[in-house]
Amino acid sequence: MQITIGPVLFNWSNPEWADFYARIAEEAPVDRVVLGEVICSKRTPFRSDAIGDVVERLERAGKDVVLATLALPTLKREIAEIGETAGGDHMIEVNDIAAVYQLGGRAHVVGPFINVYNEHTLKVLEGLGARTVCLPPELPAQSIRAIAACRTTADIEVLAFGRAPLAVSARCYHARLHNLTKDSCRYVCDQDRDGLDVDTLDGQKFLAVNGIATMASGVTVLGRELTTLADAGVSRIRLSPHTCDMVAVSAAYRDLCDGRIDAAELMAVIQQQPLPGAIVNGYVHGRAGSVFA
Amino acid sequence: MTSRTIYGTQKTMELICPAGTPSALRAAVEAGSDAVYCGFRNETNARNFPGLNFDDEELREGVAYAHSRAAKVLVALNTFARAGNFGIWQRAAEQAVSAGADALIVADLGLIDWARKAFPEQRIHLSVQAAAATVPAIRFYVEHFGVRRVVLPRVLTVDEIAAIAADGACEIEVFAFGGLCVMAEGRCLLSSYATGESPNMNGVCSPAAHVAYAQEGTDLAARLNGFTIDRYPDGQPAAYPTLCKGRFSCGGKTMHVFEEPTSLNTIEILPALQRAGVSALKIEGRQRGKAYPDSDGARLPRGVGCFAFGAANAIAGAVSIYRR
Amino acid sequence: MSVLPLLPLQFAAARMFQNALAQHPRMASRLGAHALKRFAIDPVDCPFSFILEPKADAPRLTVVPSLADQVYDARIAAPLLVLLGLLDGRYDGDALFFTRDLMIEGDTAAVLALRNAIEEADIDPAEVLGLPKQVAPFVTERYRSLAMHLRQALGAPPEINCGSGSQ
Repeated sequence: MQITIGPVLFNWSNPEWADFYARIAEEAPVDRVVLGEVICSKRTPFRSDAIGDVVERLERAGKDVVLATLALPTLKREIAEIGETAGGDHMIEVNDIAAVYQLGGRAHVVGPFINVYNEHTLKVLEGLGARTVCLPPELPAQSIRAIAACRTTADIEVLAFGRAPLAVSARCYHARLHNLTKDSCRYVCDQDRDGLDVDTLDGQKFLAVNGIATMASGVTVLGRELTTLADAGVSRIRLSPHTCDMVAVSAAYRDLCDGRIDAAELMAVIQQQPLPGAIVNGYVHGRAGSVFA
Repeated sequence: MTSRTIYGTQKTMELICPAGTPSALRAAVEAGSDAVYCGFRNETNARNFPGLNFDDEELREGVAYAHSRAAKVLVALNTFARAGNFGIWQRAAEQAVSAGADALIVADLGLIDWARKAFPEQRIHLSVQAAAATVPAIRFYVEHFGVRRVVLPRVLTVDEIAAIAADGACEIEVFAFGGLCVMAEGRCLLSSYATGESPNMNGVCSPAAHVAYAQEGTDLAARLNGFTIDRYPDGQPAAYPTLCKGRFSCGGKTMHVFEEPTSLNTIEILPALQRAGVSALKIEGRQRGKAYPDSDGARLPRGVGCFAFGAANAIAGAVSIYRR
Repeated sequence: MSVLPLLPLQFAAARMFQNALAQHPRMASRLGAHALKRFAIDPVDCPFSFILEPKADAPRLTVVPSLADQVYDARIAAPLLVLLGLLDGRYDGDALFFTRDLMIEGDTAAVLALRNAIEEADIDPAEVLGLPKQVAPFVTERYRSLAMHLRQALGAPPEINCGSGSQ
């Protein structure tokens, strides 16, 4: 089983962001690192300066680097930026079908924001150059199995750790909450480094907002499920970055995948981490995503 | 084509009304809709609500009725086919084609590809559930799969719509009236996070089977699978607990975090939509009563004043009773 | 309450129910799995209630003096005139519910299915009474007019197609 560190979905400060990848490069036993802005193009300029060094450092450490692209490109500038990224040397991860069009058949990774719900869709995307497909978070194991059974050129990847992204919107919820417009947002999302909790009126932890994205409050953690998923044909798991110790989390997953620890020991490591929400795994069991089964 | 003239100009926009049931289809056709859209009574349809929709025989009768009055029937097969069960979606497409559907409204890439090969002559429209909102996304579906029309997301501005239409890749259909989805359609998993059932997989959002209302002191609590979506003090109108329309606590505030429970209404911008090159206007609401296309949708082509009356009523009503 | 003679009402209700079903044979299939549910229809201003079982092979409408000892999946409660208005399509169930003129308890999906099936059936009061076709429109019109005046007199919510903005 290969391990992928997914893109940082939150608006971390540049130093924090660069430090995170420096640690991942030196210490995390992972195979692939996907980086780049997925949620909001207004965050991108801050990254552009730092990204060259970060990529070089990761590659020196032997990581396979993939550049992520926006989940909801709408502006001409945003679409042009995807084109530029796609024209570079690195494999890119597409998160909107517009990017698939721009790639014109070049090899790429399909991110979890693209709707791949069945084997026929997988076939179409493989035909267009998909080499890895990270499936949408709501798929049950049964569907994952049926899709993976039909794979030929694409690896199948599943989110194993982190808050699942649940929706994207033309509206920025961080800006809305602060009575700001999206265009004059003052980058208020940088205050919530794991997303901002959305609780029900009865105090139940429910969702989290992150710019234009709505995420689960619960943190997906797949442990004992990995055996079944590997057997079904899943060959990559994705760990989505949070402010907890992602080196410790990825090391525990590496140990689990290599048989050095069992799922209970993995859970013990993860439970020690300061997670932003309760541990959930309902989706893969065909249940509500918010439950632990 | 029996498209109508709006605002006395020469350009025409097709008016498409929702038909949740056979009687709603007849009402919409009688009221003068150019086309109606409907779906099967199963998970192939993104309005898979209890007691709604068509079986094979009802669709055949509905198409025959509509065609006898020069109206079109567009069949929505706009959920994402479940892996390992693709046959359910294939059969629905076959039944729709065989019933004489004027177009299939499809969102799933795999299903579009299959339908394109199985029925090369069949007109395919890209459902709003595919959330194609940019020129390259639309060109993708047109160039690879011969899609003839795209239904645009509800959140776009007139300028954005005009820019997309100006590319001329295919016909453009927009929502003219009805519920507003603030999340990118087809890319929202909130419902399955709370209940296990989602628009993409099951054709339902915030499904009624998971809804519970409880009178608690002086409040009516509206819950979805145990999650409190809103509380209404006595004397205040309640609403259906649609997830994204709820009130929540966030960052020290209690508010409609995602969306106010209001509706989309394009009356003011109909001429602009027309100038933008829009081919068709769609009225949302297959889940609404049959009085809906009759009282509101049909007012659209009959005259601005009359439509404005219906729409204003609807907007006022929607604040308290909005649901989707 | 037990002194109330429910038997004549039971006969009349059962008769009307059979008439309505005979006119709308597709109703049960539209209800799908919800056809097997038991619905308690509770006219809150009357000393009786109904138990509705729409299942295709043996549909039943039973009059009961009280719901206290009844088992049901969902309860729909409102004044009798409001319930009748729902049946003949004068009222929109959603609107009534959200303005609290109608109360729903239990299986919300089953109630929604029933609402949609009734909406689709387009039930005509004269049909339900089993009247011959020649007089039916006349009776229906008289019924609607009478019901409308009663509603106005009793201060019931306005009807759906008076432009009350119920959508």
